[in-house]
Amino acid sequence: MTSTDLPVRSAPSPAPHVPGSVRALADRRRAPRPRAHLTLGDGRTARVLALAALAVMALVWLLPMAWALLTAFKSEQDASDPVHWFLPSHGFTLRGFSSVWERGDLPLWMLNSFLISAAVTVITVLVSAMAGYAFSRTLFAGRRWLFALTVAAVLVPPQILIVPWFQQMLSLGLLDTYAAVILPQTVAPVMVFILKKHFDSLPHELEEAARIDGAGHWRIFWSVLLPLSRPMLAAVSIFVFIGAWNNFLWPFISTSDPALMTLPVGITSVKDAYGIQYAQSMASAVLAALPLVVVFMFFQRHIVKSVSTTGLGGQ
Amino acid sequence: MSSPHAAPRPGALSARRLLSPGLLFALPFLVLLAVFMLWPLGQGLWMSLTDTSLSAHAPSFIGLDNFTEALGDAEMWRALGHTVWFTALSTVPLVAVALGMALLVHTGLPGQWVWRLAFFAPYLLPVGVVSLLWIWLYQPDLGLYNNLLDAVGLGQVAWLSDESVAMSAIALTTLWWTVGFNFLLYLAALQSIPDHLYEAAAIDGAGAWRRLWSITLPQLSRITVVITVLQILASLKVFDQVYLITKGGPNNSTRPVVEYVYDVGFTGYRLGYASAISYIFFALVILASAAQYAALRRREK
Repeated sequence: MTSTDLPVRSAPSPAPHVPGSVRALADRRRAPRPRAHLTLGDGRTARVLALAALAVMALVWLLPMAWALLTAFKSEQDASDPVHWFLPSHGFTLRGFSSVWERGDLPLWMLNSFLISAAVTVITVLVSAMAGYAFSRTLFAGRRWLFALTVAAVLVPPQILIVPWFQQMLSLGLLDTYAAVILPQTVAPVMVFILKKHFDSLPHELEEAARIDGAGHWRIFWSVLLPLSRPMLAAVSIFVFIGAWNNFLWPFISTSDPALMTLPVGITSVKDAYGIQYAQSMASAVLAALPLVVVFMFFQRHIVKSVSTTGLGGQ
Repeated sequence: MSSPHAAPRPGALSARRLLSPGLLFALPFLVLLAVFMLWPLGQGLWMSLTDTSLSAHAPSFIGLDNFTEALGDAEMWRALGHTVWFTALSTVPLVAVALGMALLVHTGLPGQWVWRLAFFAPYLLPVGVVSLLWIWLYQPDLGLYNNLLDAVGLGQVAWLSDESVAMSAIALTTLWWTVGFNFLLYLAALQSIPDHLYEAAAIDGAGAWRRLWSITLPQLSRITVVITVLQILASLKVFDQVYLITKGGPNNSTRPVVEYVYDVGFTGYRLGYASAISYIFFALVILASAAQYAALRRREK
């Protein structure tokens, strides 16, 4: 994703003051500058103390994951040995991983999660971008009223809709289908709001040039505004994808067939099936955690930006 | 339809105007909104006035009976109380710890990549993984935390089976899991504080603490309000991790109102009553939003 060649930096900064944010964006384009002398001063003690505090916090935050990894490589016997609770007395083994993998449902749930999250992301982002374009760039009867309705809809917690959604899917005969899991998740008024504000921030000159060349709304939307919005679309897509990947309540209610379960739902049934087998349960947790953590390592910058631009919900 | 150059006559509300390109662009979203939010909202309201059940009998209209029953239902009030208690218990650390992390990382010390990974990675874990992991961490005798407590001579804590501890344990798990999100929001806000403010303060001879109190924290006050508001709204919706870690126990002492809706509707088959409780919960969320909106308005005056 190259954003430097764009005429506009589209990501709205959550900064309180516009001059500050412009300045910060300009700063970030240069090599990241060490700010330690600005925030900590030049004293050595302050730096050492801050570094120590950071290291302790990072350790506390990494410890649970390290513990999961450690357990995943133990044998069941060692994992439930209260005397040698830290290091295994029979060495490390991959048996936890292999027995989880042999069950075969974990890869299936990962695939389901991926397909469902990808579908939710594509539909949500396309539909929300189109609506954002409509609210930002066109005039039609009822536009203001419909936008107000969209803003109000942001307040509705999806949790209160599970009962009617269930009833709806039941009467449509869609329970235990991908469609039932996907469709209700694609209604994202907050994304429409964010993208509308984003389109508002783009200049009108380019599309006016395109319009003079005879381009219609679809061409302007698809060939002018969307390419200009790539960084914003990436931010929104990442956000929607993570949300769908980790969504639990609705997939949990709308599926009972293990073949259709998503990762967060399926993995909890492992817990019930294994009972006390901690090495296996941690092996499955590690495998289930892997995809997004690996993706994060590669795309850290984009994900960080996605959260900081989209996470505020356009506030 | 006349030629496109003709001036639109007043009162000529044509099919073309109704099916204007703008409306067509908004239509897919509006259809989804209508079918999967507005219709279910209406249907939920209707169901809350009936005795709809998962078992096969035709629902009949019972007026406000579900609501009067809910208002006298001690378990409903208890669940609402747990939701509010969880929100109070989780919001303060989720904002304060995120701020502390962001301030430390923002100092520009080496290892930025590692700090971000450590603090944000848990947010990327599906809740199923988080709950498996923390059930294991909280185990008596075998779990990490109880072994560490034993090692320093503090004695074990019955994290998930002691009614007075369980909710705090859930809040602690939630802190670990989601603080990275607020951390990133704070970090972005910190990065947009202009350097010249610090430079000016340095020229004036302000020390590190002085700069923190007179520049950094005041510059963060708006984002702190926003993060707190978003956190309260998120905490009020708690369900997943409670359901997966304690199933609302021990003795329903951690069951939040969303889980009560689930229990009543999908375990107890009473969809009508569950809808009524959903609407009571919705009223709580609207009330919280309105209170926050009013507070924000007053603050900005």
